[in-house]
Amino acid sequence: MANIQDRIDQSEKLSMEIVKESPDDRLMTLSVGPQHPGSGHFRFTIKLDGDYIVFCDPDPGYVHRGEEKMCEYRNFIQNIPHLERPVIHDSNNITYSYSLAVEELVGIQVPRRGQFIRAIASELNRQVYTLYWLAIYGIFLGHSTMFMWPTGDRELFIDLLDALTGARVTHAFNIPGGVRNDVPNGFKDRCLRNIAYFEKRLKEYEDIFYNNPLLRQRTEGVGILTKEDAIKLGVTGSVLRASGIPFDVRKAEPYDVYNEIDFKVQYMKTCDSFARSYVPLLDMKESCHIMRQLLDKMPDSGEVRAKLQPNPKGPPGEAYRRVESGRGALGYYIVSDGTPKAYRVKISVGSFRNILALPHLLIGAKLADMPSIYWGLNYWPVEADR
Amino acid sequence: MATAPKDFRFGNFVGSLIWLIFWILIIVALAGLPVIFIILFYVPLPPINGEVLTPYLFLSMVVDPTRTLPIIKFLIHTDIFRIAVFPGFTFAALLAAATIFIERKFLAKMQLRVGPLYAGKIEGILQLAADGLKLISKEIIVPSEADKPIFWLAPIAFVATAAALAALVPVAPGWVAADLDVGLLAVFAILGFFPLIALLFSWASNSKYPFIGGIRALHQMIAFEIPFILSALSVVILAGSLNLTDIALAQQPFWFILFLPISAFVFYISSLAELERIPFDLPEAESEIVAGWLTETSGMIYGLIQLGTYLKLYVLAALFVILFLGGWAGPQIFPQEIIPGYTGVKIYNPTTVNAIFWFTLKTFGMIMLILLPRGINPRIRIDILLHTGWYKLIVLTFINAFIALALIYGGILGPGGVLTQ
Repeated sequence: MANIQDRIDQSEKLSMEIVKESPDDRLMTLSVGPQHPGSGHFRFTIKLDGDYIVFCDPDPGYVHRGEEKMCEYRNFIQNIPHLERPVIHDSNNITYSYSLAVEELVGIQVPRRGQFIRAIASELNRQVYTLYWLAIYGIFLGHSTMFMWPTGDRELFIDLLDALTGARVTHAFNIPGGVRNDVPNGFKDRCLRNIAYFEKRLKEYEDIFYNNPLLRQRTEGVGILTKEDAIKLGVTGSVLRASGIPFDVRKAEPYDVYNEIDFKVQYMKTCDSFARSYVPLLDMKESCHIMRQLLDKMPDSGEVRAKLQPNPKGPPGEAYRRVESGRGALGYYIVSDGTPKAYRVKISVGSFRNILALPHLLIGAKLADMPSIYWGLNYWPVEADR
Repeated sequence: MATAPKDFRFGNFVGSLIWLIFWILIIVALAGLPVIFIILFYVPLPPINGEVLTPYLFLSMVVDPTRTLPIIKFLIHTDIFRIAVFPGFTFAALLAAATIFIERKFLAKMQLRVGPLYAGKIEGILQLAADGLKLISKEIIVPSEADKPIFWLAPIAFVATAAALAALVPVAPGWVAADLDVGLLAVFAILGFFPLIALLFSWASNSKYPFIGGIRALHQMIAFEIPFILSALSVVILAGSLNLTDIALAQQPFWFILFLPISAFVFYISSLAELERIPFDLPEAESEIVAGWLTETSGMIYGLIQLGTYLKLYVLAALFVILFLGGWAGPQIFPQEIIPGYTGVKIYNPTTVNAIFWFTLKTFGMIMLILLPRGINPRIRIDILLHTGWYKLIVLTFINAFIALALIYGGILGPGGVLTQ
């Protein structure tokens, strides 16, 4: 970072010598987003010195919907449909930790079969989200095939979720007390078939995208986020694992049935943009193993949903539960005052933690590295704004 | 507001075709013929083959091929026809457009899509025409702070420069709009205009993203101009001429790609960079700089630049075919006479038609080869691109230039060489 400071100093010194050129003339300010094809519902201002970025100011908040405040006006069950709006592609995970926290508050136990179905739905949705993310990563780097393939293969899991929950994207499947309905007939076979096909496709992804020398040239050694910086900035999820820290909420704080599942936490030690793009692929592979085990161990029959009174309420108190979502740890902090409505709901999302690393990584990078660094942070603007 | 097309019925299709032909005949008979006759009566036309074009002669021409063919032959040897229609503008644009349609379907299959499907009933064959019509109907938005004369001038200059390039390319012996002795040099001279136009346009649009795109275009084209010219240098050494027809004729027994594979590779990579195709589409890098130097284009301004790009695509593919793939050389597959035993007037020249066929086929393949890296490659970064252009490709071209010189001085190729026909 030192040479960047030198650059700014140099440019200022230069401007003293040349009267006509002020520092503003030398630096070009670009507003990237919200109407930029490479930004999403998000804006960040960058300043360029030639091809180098010397300043970056993220400006989220374009899709703020007041989800936390809305939670205070609805009872615990009514909250489910609007809470999944921030990440419709990962809707089972964003409602998972909410359900866990509410169950802790109300004091109910989810039936064992319900726990398994929840975990299966969560893993399926993780695949859907990660494929969507990967598709956008591909098109951000100008690789149109890598946009089409994951968006097409997403259908494998969307079909399964459709059969399971009745909706393609916004499922409203996890509710406090269990899941809405049982699995349909023949779901296990269908699931295993799709997973087997998908694992073959993942190899093809590696061949066409990750092993491409042009991609390696572009992303290796770019946007280094060291282990210390990653911990200091508080990033989570695949970004943290790409910086060499094997942290996964499913392993660190196992919830529901994850302590019965045998899986590895995939991480890489290169800390660069390539690692941040490759770790989600490793996660998808691992997720396939987890899904197989879940399907094997799931009890054949039983309740999927605990009986609840119509307007559930618990004693006054507070609860914090988190799960591993597609973007990292996703936690809910709920304070209850003994009424059926929450007194305060705080959503802690992975996206917002990850975007804090953006200025740190972009300053000193080249303009052409902006898409790979930005989208490699596994950031979902709508979720960060909540 | 139905978006799905109706079911295709062959009967309806034939019926509508007959209906169309009927109306064309009526309109021609009622309006066209009187107009032609008025022109023939009152406007003095130059004599063709010693005969003055009168209404009587015109009618006799319609029914007698021995009289029609000389007129057609006269017309297709005029300069305006050559520049506007056959070896020039229309042929180039149509060939490039047809290839782009096939490339779109091919890429779609590769990416597990269906590609264009609705326009033109048969597999979306008229998709490009539909795109063009849409662009014509769009409003042209000029930024309020833009330098307006240059903003309007640059797209027209772009397509005019590309059309000038297309006029230099021979498709068969004698079939070229402008047969220059320094044809290859002229091609490179005209190619040098494109970065200027891109920079002018990006500067004139007075916006930040186009400016970055224009500077990138300038960097990229200058970095690849030198390996581009140097790779053609070894061909000139072997052929001993700068005339494109002579270069194509010089490789009759053996195509130059056999002796100059490295030059051919460099030429191919440089053409990708010249055409701003993926992986070298930096000046239009969408996720970085919106649409690069084309950000402020809209409506037909964008359409004209796309048309110019298609023409440039055709020219560079055709140039590769002429320099390395033997031009129009290929086995004679067209028969000497269409109808055996027909001894009337000679309808076509089988040698020329054969040459045009092979040339078109090879150019088609080359355009596909230039377009297809789009399916498998991401975009390259500007520093890697400059490094590739200035360090690697220039060195490679020098290697092959020395090989070419060795072939000449070793008496293998060139005048009196072992392999020369």
